[in-house]
Formats: sequence, structure tokens, C-alpha cells
Amino acid sequence: MLSFALKRFASALLVMFAISVLVFLIFFATPGVDPAARIAGRNADPATLAQVRHSFGLDRPMPVRYLLMMRHLLIDRDLESFVNRGSRVIPQILQATPVTLSLVVGAALIWMVAGVVMGTAAATLRGRAADPLIMLVGVVGVSLPAYWLGEVVNLVTQKQLHSSVFSWVPPPGYVGIGRDPGQWALHMLFPWLTLALLYAGIYARLLRGEVVTALNEDYVRTARAKGLSERRILLRHALRCSLIPIVSLFGLDFGALVGGAALLTEVVFGLPGIGKLTYDALQNLDLPVIMGTVLYAAFFVVLANALVDILYARLDPRARHA
Amino acid sequence: MTAAQPSSTAEARRSPGPWRTAAADLSRNRSALAAAVVLLIVVTASLCAPLYAAHIAHTDPFQSHVSGTTVVGGKTVPVLTPSSTGLGLGVTPIGPTWDPAHYFLGADNQGRDVMARLLYGGRTSLFIGFTAAVLTCLVGTAVGVVAGYAGGVVDSVISRVLDVVWAFPVYLLAICLSVVLLTNGLHLGPLTVDAGSLWLPVTIIAAIYVPYIARPLRGQVLVLRNKEFIHAAVGSGAPTPRILRREVLPNVLPTTIVFVPLMTALAMLTESALSFLSVGVQPPDASWGTIIEDGLGLLYTRPAVTIAPGLLIALTTAALNVLGDGVRDALDPGARLRGGV
Amino acid sequence: MPDQPLLDVRDLRVSFRTRQGTVTAVDGLSFSVAPGEILGVVGESGSGKSVSMLAVLRLLTNPNVTVSGEVLFRGRDLLTLPDREMRSVRGREIAMVFQDPMTALTPVYTVGWQIAEQIRAHEPVSRREAHARAVQLLSDVGIPDAASRVNAYPHEFSGGMRQRAVIAMALSCGPSLLIADEPTTALDVTVQAQILDLMRQLNEGGSAVVLITHDMGVISQIADRVLVMYGGRAAEEGPRRAVFHGPRHPYTWGLLDSVPRVDGPRLRRLPTIAGVPVTPGSLPEGCAFAPRCRLRHERCEERPPLSVGDGDAAHRDACWLPSGGRAALRLTTRTATGKDTDTEVAS
Repeated sequence: MLSFALKRFASALLVMFAISVLVFLIFFATPGVDPAARIAGRNADPATLAQVRHSFGLDRPMPVRYLLMMRHLLIDRDLESFVNRGSRVIPQILQATPVTLSLVVGAALIWMVAGVVMGTAAATLRGRAADPLIMLVGVVGVSLPAYWLGEVVNLVTQKQLHSSVFSWVPPPGYVGIGRDPGQWALHMLFPWLTLALLYAGIYARLLRGEVVTALNEDYVRTARAKGLSERRILLRHALRCSLIPIVSLFGLDFGALVGGAALLTEVVFGLPGIGKLTYDALQNLDLPVIMGTVLYAAFFVVLANALVDILYARLDPRARHA
Repeated sequence: MTAAQPSSTAEARRSPGPWRTAAADLSRNRSALAAAVVLLIVVTASLCAPLYAAHIAHTDPFQSHVSGTTVVGGKTVPVLTPSSTGLGLGVTPIGPTWDPAHYFLGADNQGRDVMARLLYGGRTSLFIGFTAAVLTCLVGTAVGVVAGYAGGVVDSVISRVLDVVWAFPVYLLAICLSVVLLTNGLHLGPLTVDAGSLWLPVTIIAAIYVPYIARPLRGQVLVLRNKEFIHAAVGSGAPTPRILRREVLPNVLPTTIVFVPLMTALAMLTESALSFLSVGVQPPDASWGTIIEDGLGLLYTRPAVTIAPGLLIALTTAALNVLGDGVRDALDPGARLRGGV
Repeated sequence: MPDQPLLDVRDLRVSFRTRQGTVTAVDGLSFSVAPGEILGVVGESGSGKSVSMLAVLRLLTNPNVTVSGEVLFRGRDLLTLPDREMRSVRGREIAMVFQDPMTALTPVYTVGWQIAEQIRAHEPVSRREAHARAVQLLSDVGIPDAASRVNAYPHEFSGGMRQRAVIAMALSCGPSLLIADEPTTALDVTVQAQILDLMRQLNEGGSAVVLITHDMGVISQIADRVLVMYGGRAAEEGPRRAVFHGPRHPYTWGLLDSVPRVDGPRLRRLPTIAGVPVTPGSLPEGCAFAPRCRLRHERCEERPPLSVGDGDAAHRDACWLPSGGRAALRLTTRTATGKDTDTEVAS
């Protein structure tokens, strides 16, 4: 067990290292990409460029640059943004974290509950009109562009119906939960619903398939022969087994979203989270910030993977000895 | 049973081939058929974009018409009027006229016909989505089959690389690659893609989704490799390429095919997101994503510019997903065995 | 046979709606089970034996299935019972054991939990008490160290142990009827004997047993009465001795002849029943066995009723052959069997 955990930890570190190298290479080793040109501004003369290069350490050999950046990021923790001089990367990330967490945790709760309810309902109502209807909702959720949905929500709540139904909706933005929990929830409500809609459909469709399969399993027939109620068969036997793959998918999605994959939702709703931070940094080729956020994202994805493995073993006794 | 007795009962009862059965199943699946019809309409309409622009709308959707005029209800009106509300820096384009000859869906802030741009944008979006999906499926299948069949070091190396790409949030990776490659295009050995070319988003999207195909296929091949008929082929001394071609590929092909429509939907959504963030399709080309971006500034005054392309994306990807589900139900023999007693 | 049967099935019909049209799996089956007896049900795959038993317990949940007829259990028709009452019959009065123990238990719960679940579904007992009974039941069915194995998960049990656990579960509420659907088919031969022993013990405890199998050897060891099924219908029914020593239906002859005998002559090729078993979709109008029967004649176009032959009133068969002299007829078919082609191995 311990050696398994160590192996797991080592491979997680390896993945993070590989991602950091990959990102570093993407931005430093691609010909024609020159952060110095961005910093110095358009039409800067060669002397200025050289000076910028020197002061940012961009004239050092690549491995040295990589190591220096990693040292400043991880050990000294004083890596600074190229674009906004003096603003450190780690505080920026720490500031953005609660915003992203607020968005993702709330949305995850909504989509898990909605997905499980919809998926189970569709599976039990198989062959009746409600099943394709629920699944249609699922397809729509999967097929909507996230940012567009956000814009339409903004349009409806801020303009079209703002004077009537949605007068209580505050303008897009973020209010810290510590400052005003009520306003926090009010500001997050539509971002939550928007993000949740995109995932609830996938989860419902996936769960429906799993439950339908489970309901045809022999153990469900045994449960029925035992004289259990249909409700108990569905919830305690079929659904319980169907949740295993759903939970592992959830872990991966959750990790990716916390790591910045909710970028489009954050951009559209003006939420200064990790995704927005990454996006702004990408637009400016602000490499230190990109490096920080990308490693942060990789960390959460890797962490989520590890948690999923542990959870999997808890949910599925067959996985415990493997 | 040999072919010498074609009239025997076993021969007579032989089921039609798996592809025939699947096609029959698919043709009986009403929602999949409806989805196919929707797709056919969208594709045909997009292909007819030049016809619409030249013969119906009489406009060039890639030219600004800042001072142009059009006819609404018999009266000549300007396409763009200086904006009277807001910050006063911009213009309010003409809204939907519902007249195909005169700005059916209105104009964008450069006075371009939104309907004509939508049709042209559809060509771009569909082209990128489909091409990227086919590329991903081909590369992903190849990678998955090689990794799964070769095993050993090859498998370990490929799997680790796939893990790394997989671990990276896919949109972030796409944006990273786009930001970088848009400055100077892609030069990778003999492969050169210009920065403004449509092949750039195609390549990026195809690359980032390779693990989505390769990982499940690798798993499938791992299972196949331990099947008796593969052992038999290996035992009979068949060369590896032939085993891959004759035994392995036919067995994984249905999975690859199931992935194509689903992947096309995913690729179209990704393309539109990249274009929306202005790191996808570059002007003068238009895609549904870039039109949504164009419409953002007009969201509260001329929402049609944003809403129409989004609806088209949703409609098309939904149709692709439904069709993909139908193809999966038809091709996946595992699904057929279920639902019996 | 005692006058009041425990289970009395009358004219049971089960049909499936499929793409190719309606398919009849059980076609007017009638049989009864007396309290405390062991009824062996034999037949090839697809003869409708499992489906009819699932229909008895109303476990055919597929919406494309129609079941008609009467299933009288202690005088109550199970087919018309409200769901709630049916649930209290299942597991408590009639228990069922299925063929494949590997998949019969829910993988995510311990064996003891699943046994306790059944007890608590029918009796108002505490969790602790149900658990204690689960331990007792497991040790009753011969699981060593039951007190600790009760907390094991199904995948930690071997196939034989799982089948014991399933049987323990079936016995947990003291059912008066146990339906066992090929309980030994998926198991090793040595384990088979132990499971059969268990059935016998259970029967000695007072429960009636319906044992479904395609293994004539199993039937000959354990059954009081035998029901031979073919094409969803009863071909022959009677006390074990009568069926084994004086089989009347040509299909039963075939089944018995295809069992290799240790004391018999050594055969170069085992006798088989010629032809292909009927499938539920292609049941003939008349006798279902006629297409494969060497003694078929015009009368076989008509469906034969299950009728008493010349001897024992409890021994009935569905065949148009004259009721006398069947043993001699059987001999004529036997000599012909060896020359037959080996297109299909039956039984």
C-alpha cells in the first residue's frame, strides 16, 4: 500500500514536471514567439529589446531560464509578472482561487444532483415519453457553447427581462463570500446554473446508460427475487453500482475546472478566477503567470486523479485488492 | 459448415453482416434520422453560402459597408446609424429585417450581412469540426492500436505522453498552442501551416483530442490482444502488419466510427470557443465563433448577431450527438445483447 | 401425490414481442408441486424451463413480455396478486437460486449484508439479529469460518462458496418452495455434489424444491418427480422411477440415451437426438418434437394433450403413439440412432 502510494506520488510529480516543461517549451522554444517583444511594445528598437531581454533574463540559456523560473515560482515564491512589474504570481493565484472554487463547487453540487436525478429518472422511465425528453435536455446541455450560453443569460437577466423578472440580478462580477454571503450567492447564481447545465446533461446521459445496464444485471434479478421493493432495488443496488464510473468522471471534471477549465464561464461573467487570470496572461504572453497557473491546474488535475483512485477503492470493493 | 452446401439451414439463417445490421438499426432509429436530416440541411445551406450572398442578398459579407444603405419596407435606410445610447462610440447596425434580399438577420457593426456571414461561417465551422475530428480519430486510432498491440516500452512511452496531454485541461492547452502558433504559424519538419490558415485550428484541435480517442482504443486493443483469434493468428505465423490489418483494425473500427460524429461536435464547440476568444479562426475568415465575438459589443442592442450563430452551433452539435448516439447503439454489439429477459 | 398441491401452474403462456413478431417461449404449460417434494425439470436450452419459473415469480420485467394462465400458490393466483403482496411471497415463501453465482450477488455489498437485507425485508428484526442469522445461515450451508466470511465481498468468494451464499440467502426466511435454476451448472463437479446435498438437506427440512437442470444425472439422484419440457410445453411428467425406467415420450428416450453409462458398452459415438432444437420463434402447430422424431406420423400435425398412459396415473406424456408397447418402439429407434449424422448434439 505504501509503495503504491509512493509510486502514485512519483508519477504525479513526473506528470507535473512534464507539463511544466511542455508549457515552457511551447512559449520559449517556438520560433517567432518573443515575450520580450510584447513587453517592450510594438516597434521597439533593437537596443530596448536587448535591454528588456537582459533584465528579464531572457538572454540566458533555456535550461537555466527554466530552472530559474521554477526556483522563483516554487522555492523563493517571488516570481513576478512580466507585464505588471512588481506583481507577484503566487498572490495573484491565491486571490483568484476562492473565486474559482466558489463557481466550481456550487456548480458541481447542482449538476451532480440534477444529473443523478435526471439520469435515474430516465432509466426507470425507459420506454415512456419522459425518457427521450430528459435525454433531449441532456443533449442540449452537451451541445451548448458555454460562453454563448453565458452571454445569452447575461442578455436575458441584464437587459431583456432586467426590468421585470430579473431586476434582482446584480451586474456580472464577484463579491467575496466573507464580505457578504448573500450578495456572493446572488452574484454566483447564474454562473452556477450556466456551468451546471453544461455538465448535468453529460452526467444524466452517462448515468442513464449505467443504470439501464445495471437493471439488467443478474444481481438485480436476485434482489427482486429476495422480495425487495423496486425503490430499494433501484437506489441501493442498481444506482449504487452505477455511481462508481460517474464518481471517477466527476473527480476528473472537478479537478480540471478548479484548475482553470471554467475559463469561458469566468470570462463571460466577469469572475476574476484562475481561468480568467490564465486567459489574460495568455493574451499578453505573460509567461510567469502562465507557468504558475498551468502548474496550478496540473496540480489539481493530478490531485483529482489521486482522489478518484482512493474514492474508487472505497466505492468498489473489487478495486481494493487490485 | 462449408460453402459447398449453400442450401443448408445454417446458411439460410445466416444473419446479414454486422454493417448491414447496423445500417438497418440506424435507419429504424427515428431520432438519429431526424438528426441526420438536420445536419444535411445545415451542411447544404452552408455550401450554398456563395449563392445566397451573390444571388439573394447581393452583398459581399467580407466587405465593410460602413456607409451602405438598404431598403426596408420600400424606404431606403442606412445600414449603420451612429449609436445614440451608451458611450456614444459606436454604431448601431440595422436589425433583422426578415427579408432575405435586404439584411435578413441585420448587419454587424461593419455593416456586413449577418445571414450571409452565418452561412459562410458554417462552412468554416463545419470544415474545421469535421476535418479535425477525422484527423483525431485517424491519429488516435493509430496511436491507440500501436500502443495497445506493441505493449512494453512503446506502450509505456505513448501512454505517459497521452497521460500528460490528458491531464492538461483541454481548452487551456488549445489556447496555449493557439496563442503561440498564431504569431508565426506552425513549422514542424515538412509540415508548415500559416498563422491565418484554417488548418491551424484544425491541427491544434486534432492534436489536443488525440488522447480522447487513443486511450479508449488502447484499452480495447489490450483486451483484443488476449483473445484466442489473435493468438491463433500469431501462432499461425501471420506477420504483424497483417494481424493488425485483418484482425485488430476490423474490431476497433466500429469504435472509431462511433467517435467521428461525437468528436466533430466536440471539435466544433472547441473551434467556436477558440474563435470567440479570438485565438481561433482569423479574419477575414468567419466562423460561428467569430460571429458570436463580433456580436458581443452589440449584445444588448442587436442580440441577433450573437444569438443566431450560437443557436446554429447548438443545433448542429446536438444533431451530431444524437446521430453519434444512434451510430453507437447500432454498432456496439454489447448494447444489443442487453435488454433481453 | 398429496391432494393439495403447494404450487399449481395451469396453462402458463409466456410470449415475447420482438422485431420478428411474437415469440412464444412457454406454450400452455401446466404442472404442480406438492409440499415437501422435489420436482426436477429437464429440457434443452430454450425449452422454456427457466422462463416459466421466472414467470411464476413474476420476475420477467421486460415490458415486451406477456404472461397468461394461472399460478396458484397455496390457492392464491400469483399472477394477479398486487405488487406489494407479491413482494412478500418472493423471498419469504418462494425463494429462487439462479444459475450463475458469479453475477447473482451485488458486487459492492458484503455477503452478510445481502443476506441480512433479505431477512430485514420480510421480518421486523434488528440489524444485529439479522447479521447473527446471516452468520448462522452461512455456517449452515457449510461455509467455514462463517463469522468472519460474513463480512467478505462476493468477489472474495469462490464460485461454489458464492452459490452456497446465494442458497443461504434463499433459505434465510424459511421458504416453503425453493426454485433452483441450474444451480450446479456453473460449478465444478465436486462442488455440484455438495450443492445437491444442500438441496436434499433443505428438502428434508420440509421445503419443496423445483430443480431446473439439463442434466439427467442430477435429476436421477435427487428428484421425486420429473417434468420433461420441450419447446415450451410439457413432454412428459411423472414419478422419477417411472420416467427413468419406463420413459414414454420419444424425446425423453433421446435424453436418456444420450447420457453415457459407465456400465454400458463402450460406444464409438454417443447417441444424439437428430435435428436442431426448436426455437421459440418456430414452434410447430402440432407436436413440438415432431420435426426431430423418427416415429412421426400424420397425427403429429395436431398438438398432443398430456395424457395418462397405460400404467401409473401420475405418469403422463404428450404423444400420439399408442400407449402400449412404447418400450418396444424405443428399441427400434435406438438401433437407428447410430447411423444418424452428427449435425447437432443435443442435451
